[in-house]
Amino acid sequence: MSAPILAVEALSMRFGGLVAVDRLSFEAARGEITAIIGPNGAGKTTVFNCLTGFYRPTGGSITVTHPDGARFRLERLPQHRIARDARIARTFQNIRLFGGMTVLENLMVAQHNRLMREGARLPLALLGFGPYMRREAEAIDRARFWLDRTGLAARADDAAASLPYGAQRRLEIARAMCTEPQLLCLDEPAAGLNPRESEELNALLRFIQGHGADGNGCSILLIEHDMSVVMAISDHIIVLDYGRKIADGAPAAIREDPKVIAAYLGVEEEEALAVDAALHGE
Amino acid sequence: MARTAGLLHSVKDAGLAALVALGVGAPLLGLKTEAADRGLTLVPRPGLLLAAVAAVFAGRLLFGLFLASRQAAAARAADAPPRIGPSPYARIGRMVAPVLLTLSVLLPFIPGVGRYEIDLGTLVLTYIMLGWGLNIVVGLAGLLDLGYVAFYAVGAYGYALLAKFFDLSFWAALPLSGLFAAAWGIILGFPVLRLRGDYLAIVTLAFGEIIRVVLLNWTTLTGGPNGMSGIPRPTFFGLPFSMAGGEGTFAGFFGLEPSPLHRIIFLYYLILALALLTNFVTIRLRRHPIGRAWEALREDEVAARALGLSVVSVKLTAFATGAMFGGFAGAFFATRQGFISPESFTFVESALILAIVVLGGMGSQLGVAVAATLMIGGFEVFRGLDEYRMLVFGLAMVAIMVWRPRGLVSSREPSVSLGARRSIGAEHVAEGRG
Repeated sequence: MSAPILAVEALSMRFGGLVAVDRLSFEAARGEITAIIGPNGAGKTTVFNCLTGFYRPTGGSITVTHPDGARFRLERLPQHRIARDARIARTFQNIRLFGGMTVLENLMVAQHNRLMREGARLPLALLGFGPYMRREAEAIDRARFWLDRTGLAARADDAAASLPYGAQRRLEIARAMCTEPQLLCLDEPAAGLNPRESEELNALLRFIQGHGADGNGCSILLIEHDMSVVMAISDHIIVLDYGRKIADGAPAAIREDPKVIAAYLGVEEEEALAVDAALHGE
Repeated sequence: MARTAGLLHSVKDAGLAALVALGVGAPLLGLKTEAADRGLTLVPRPGLLLAAVAAVFAGRLLFGLFLASRQAAAARAADAPPRIGPSPYARIGRMVAPVLLTLSVLLPFIPGVGRYEIDLGTLVLTYIMLGWGLNIVVGLAGLLDLGYVAFYAVGAYGYALLAKFFDLSFWAALPLSGLFAAAWGIILGFPVLRLRGDYLAIVTLAFGEIIRVVLLNWTTLTGGPNGMSGIPRPTFFGLPFSMAGGEGTFAGFFGLEPSPLHRIIFLYYLILALALLTNFVTIRLRRHPIGRAWEALREDEVAARALGLSVVSVKLTAFATGAMFGGFAGAFFATRQGFISPESFTFVESALILAIVVLGGMGSQLGVAVAATLMIGGFEVFRGLDEYRMLVFGLAMVAIMVWRPRGLVSSREPSVSLGARRSIGAEHVAEGRG
């Protein structure tokens, strides 16, 4: 079996005295959809922020291995190289689009690094001709492909901020895919979606898993509260509580795990009463 | 029915105001103390009191009716079906730029335009160019820069010093002055990379002052408060403008009658060309990945970082590009005046340029051009008002900002489109947090 796309080892993140993530280790297999679940405040988004360079971890290592064998130690990379070279893209829990730019422009910004590599530095590009213009046309085609996949083609020339909520979520995913990632990190993509939109999202994620940016597939790491989404599409689930991993396995196993049921789905009512009674010296 | 209720409400409101006026006015206006034989006597003045109360009642009533009619109009507008297709404003907007461009190209040859008008046009164009330069930093990248005049100063002193010590001509020194200013833009950019909003503004303000104070105190190099004089005037690609009219002069070469107007007109076209260059580069950059990255930074820096944009290079290119055009304008200023001193580069200049950008509508090229024309032209037009000039001017600015809070041209043109280009309303466009 090939090396996992993502290997996290003993990852710790402390904010002063607060330990948000405590020696967390897990792997995300290539081509799979891995979900991270856990109660509010379990440290899921902190893990994402460490992965994507918004936080510098206090300890541990994060290794990304590409299909060609190239390895990246994310905790040492400058942030812009995490997206550019390690090819990790992310979305945000509270949607972050370039609201005053059009849907198409959002997708063009996502291809910034590719376009700069491919001749945008030439003075000719500034004047509006030369080989760069073909690259730009290709970038527009790539954007159009993801607009079609996310059902946004008709809104391509509208301001991103003017889209309805569900469409903004899809646009954020399309924008992340335009960076041509190897690993796509989604922070609660189904939050605020109605059941039909949620179903469409599942289909979109399966497509991304199989097709990826270039037809070779893409691994997905997912934070999600909506259990219907998690159970339906995940290949592998990691459960966090208070910054530690409490379970790790296939969806069916997680569903049955008593520790998960206690931590995430809440302890049984009788049990809770018993704990309460014990605490009050009964 | 609603109208009667509105009228009744207005009358009631006016009656209440009149009652308050009566209460306040009775002791203040209704009674007057007068010196009499023994002490003071109170003289009642019912007429004055009545007049004041009536005036308050009438004024309040009219104000209330005016408000009610406005509300009714707004309600009607809300009920009306949304307008499909381009608004008439947009159609007029498309005409404005070509008309202004044609006017500015033909200005020196319009009958009745003399030396004064061409000089004024040159001044306006200088500020248009500075506005366009600052627009890159403030309007596109969303970085609030209160020290832009520093780059103007670097360009001006750059040319003056190059001419004095290395004997460089204007045409050789112009690109170098721009490069100097761009280098200073990067020097300023590094320490402020992590700063946002108000903090960024304060540091850029300080930077502008530092440059000015250095120019003021480095007497051996810059002449200090005495400034630098004898800066070479521009030549027509090597042909000097001379009243002698000899073989090697502009007039002699083209067989014209020597006239001081030649240089004035040449300077006018020089700054027009420089300003149009600024505009052209900005328009092209907006459609280039670099320009899109600037706007993405203004819209949401966190998202831009997550997409792999290097905030360092995006901010530094914005500072450097904006500064470079400031430097070009500075070199032009030096060659036009022939004399520069630190007094020309005070904070007021930075504030004026920023006001032009804000008034025009951040990010809008046309808006900046119109705002510069209004502000610099307005200074001149209101010259006859003497000390009231700034008062009128300030009121006009307040009025414009109340009427159009996001500037004269507040909509944003997309840089690329699949179908027809549609401009984006100001309500969606971020102002940038530095």
